[in-house]
Amino acid sequence: MDNGTQLSTDRETPLIKVSHLGITFGGLRAVNDFNLEIGENELVGLIGPNGAGKTTVFNLLTGVYVPTEGDYFFLGQRMNGKKTHQVVQSGIARTFQNIRLFKQMTVLENVKVAMNPYYSYNLFSALFRTGKYWESEAENEAKARELLEIFNLQDKADYIAENLPYGQQRKLEIARALATGMKLLLLDEPAAGMNPTETAELLECIRIIRQRFNISILLIEHDMSLVMKICEHIIVIDYGTTIARGTPEEISSDPKVIAAYLGEED
Amino acid sequence: MKMPQEIKKASTMNLIAVAILLGAIAWLGFAQVFSSYIVGIFWLSCIGIIMATSLNLTNGFLGQMALGHAGFMLIGAYTSALLSLAMVRADVLAGDGVQQLIRFVICLVASALLAGLFGILVGIPALRLRGDYLAIITLGFGEIIRVVIQGIPWAGADGLGQGSASPVLYKTGLGFNNATKSHYMFFIALLTVLCVAVILTFIRSRFGRAIISIRDDEIASAASGIDTTFYKVMGFAFSAMFAGIAGSIFAACYSSLNTGNMGFMASVNYFVMVVFGGMGSITGSIVAAIGLTTLNEALRSFDEYRMLVYSVVLVLMMIFRPTGLMGTYEFSLTKTLGRFRGKGAGKKQEEEVQA
Amino acid sequence: MSEFIQQAINGLRMGSVYALIALGYTMVYGIIRLINFAHGDFIMVGAYTMIFVIPVMLGFGLPAWTAVAAAVIVASAVGVTTEAVAYRPVRKRGTRMSALITAIAMSLFLENLAQVLFTSNPRVIKASIFSLPAVQIGAVKIDGTTLATIAIAAVTMVGLQLFIHKTKMGRAMRAVSEDKQASILMGINVNRTITLTFAIGSALAAVAALMYCAQYPSVMPTMGSMLGLKAFVAAVLGGIGIMPGAMLGGLTIGLVESLSKAYSATLTGGIITSAFSDAVVFGILIIVLLVKPAGILGKNQGEKV
Repeated sequence: MDNGTQLSTDRETPLIKVSHLGITFGGLRAVNDFNLEIGENELVGLIGPNGAGKTTVFNLLTGVYVPTEGDYFFLGQRMNGKKTHQVVQSGIARTFQNIRLFKQMTVLENVKVAMNPYYSYNLFSALFRTGKYWESEAENEAKARELLEIFNLQDKADYIAENLPYGQQRKLEIARALATGMKLLLLDEPAAGMNPTETAELLECIRIIRQRFNISILLIEHDMSLVMKICEHIIVIDYGTTIARGTPEEISSDPKVIAAYLGEED
Repeated sequence: MKMPQEIKKASTMNLIAVAILLGAIAWLGFAQVFSSYIVGIFWLSCIGIIMATSLNLTNGFLGQMALGHAGFMLIGAYTSALLSLAMVRADVLAGDGVQQLIRFVICLVASALLAGLFGILVGIPALRLRGDYLAIITLGFGEIIRVVIQGIPWAGADGLGQGSASPVLYKTGLGFNNATKSHYMFFIALLTVLCVAVILTFIRSRFGRAIISIRDDEIASAASGIDTTFYKVMGFAFSAMFAGIAGSIFAACYSSLNTGNMGFMASVNYFVMVVFGGMGSITGSIVAAIGLTTLNEALRSFDEYRMLVYSVVLVLMMIFRPTGLMGTYEFSLTKTLGRFRGKGAGKKQEEEVQA
Repeated sequence: MSEFIQQAINGLRMGSVYALIALGYTMVYGIIRLINFAHGDFIMVGAYTMIFVIPVMLGFGLPAWTAVAAAVIVASAVGVTTEAVAYRPVRKRGTRMSALITAIAMSLFLENLAQVLFTSNPRVIKASIFSLPAVQIGAVKIDGTTLATIAIAAVTMVGLQLFIHKTKMGRAMRAVSEDKQASILMGINVNRTITLTFAIGSALAAVAALMYCAQYPSVMPTMGSMLGLKAFVAAVLGGIGIMPGAMLGGLTIGLVESLSKAYSATLTGGIITSAFSDAVVFGILIIVLLVKPAGILGKNQGEKV
């Protein structure tokens, strides 16, 4: 297995192309020589032991950290140094390991926040409630409700977000990320803390949104059964370095991966 | 496409209620029914409402603890005072009646714009910080504004024409005496209603949503595509504008201005109103503003005892009810009336069924 | 030149006072992440105590400065009580904002209590606190008060450093500052540590009161607020939460203040007068917060995503 190879040989312009991306904090090299290419409508998994640097990769890709080495390009545009909201507006959205919802806003409002750029009225229209305001609000509200339907949250539209059960909070977070209109979705341990029923629902959700929105997904997950089931391609990192990449079958039999998770065999 | 049906109904009802209220105030004001003391409290209450609701926008809805709100009020007050004085001296719109009204409106607009501008200037650096640091830096800015204005020779200490240690005697270029203040009660009330209405429409729009999202989780907000710096500064400057308007009204109240009246203690005063009323409840701010302003005036001779009691109540509130008197509750005329009608309607349905 | 040195020494004197106050701020911030707005008012408490105790001490034939013992006891008591009655309950169930509001409220409470009890008329300490002879070095004359102030500050700061690094309680304070949860797991009584921190911080404020009153013997309810605010700027300048930072910041602010008061008028052709020296100090605060909020000796810490 060599680092830096393309996922498939018949790709034109990938959605996202990451080259030798890395970041050093003080003396610690948290991520090192990370390479990745994802095309349209692909689902890639990013796995590794705890503390391997997976979330750090997400933070690098979403502008939370500025890379100290390498570059990454999204839809042909260089993204290094862009602020988070600019990255999102370019088309990469994410969810968080510890769910970050707007706790005191309603479910519907959470989604509406992410749709902010799609509201076409300006401050004056908002303050004095012109026709443009009402039109835009109605239009986007309908879209938001549609989105909630996909996740079966439409009945809870007016619930305060922090009152939802855990599994639905997670779904809302994904819905909110979708509402930004992104092309690449980064999911950070979406199945964490879920029971088997919720996990199955989540899987179904992911399947539906892939079908419906034609987006690509990069997924961090610890639940191996989930990863093996839905990922087309997997990257394994440990201590910030990529140690393996390939299909689920290749990965599950790779001795390096097994060693990283379970320790060396004597 | 215009307003949805239910909102149209609600708006009409609100409009009627407000019109009745304003009508009453207008009639009482023109008839000069109240003593100048009561009129004064009315004006101060309106100032308090505008200050408290705008501060609530920053502290409650944006979630940023700003302690220098009175600094923007200062800017508004002095802008109005100086501008009106200049106009009177240059004999532009210098008379009473309609000319006074136009003069006042011009000053209001100028104050709002200048205060808003300073809101942007202060906000851009200050809002990079969070929590305690933001509180301190806004406090610092408020004090700097006060010290600078105090130090400007033609505005501060020796002021416009007549010299005196600290108050600025500008002999009401805005032209308000006791009689005029009574007549203008209606205008001030209208202004207050407009300010509160605009603050509410701001909050219940995409801008308000962006701002509240920043309060709830700034990182998630950025991750949802919100330019947090832009919206923080916008919210802050927007709120500063209203402080400027309040300052303008304040300048009309008095024939001399003293920067000491709009320093840290004033900021604390309005801050207490917002906390008591509930950060996140415009209704709470209004109620607290009226209540505390009236209380403050009534207890003027017991100033230290008053602050003593306030500080104890503040601490108790933080321990037992940090969300303030009203939490995040907002009064809705339609909902309240609906509750009354609901009982009536339910009864009617029962009768129909039985018949 | 000798004028400059004179002003610089004055600056060091005032800086020593600021340093001690700043230490109190920084210690409390380090341990519970709270800017104790009421800290400046602990100084005022110490000062008023001395007003009443100095005549008593003189009556016993003791020098005036022994009254600081009483000031320390009273100020510490007030500090500890404030923490127990106001800060701790809010810390348990409130947010950072409500803690800050509580601190502001306590400051208002103390100031207004003093105003009710003692009126806002300044009271003067008639006895001279330090009756030490002046020292002449070349063209520079250093009076007894300045010597005593700088000496006391130096001794106190050294003592504090020793305490923090060499004693068990001191280590506990450092541990709780770094990681409260881990400290609990290590068996440290966090509440007791916090109480001790407040006690020491307030004691420092009382000593600062002594030093301040030795130079400016006028005491009034609002004396603490300006002093406290400037010392707070000093703490932030040096790096809030870092004790050597407080010392460094305090001395720096003292120097800047003294020199700017003396030279600003001449340097800027009268545009910036000494009345603006307060604004200068605030300006420093703003610049520090914008350029390097962690302070001179501080390290930046981001939020974990």
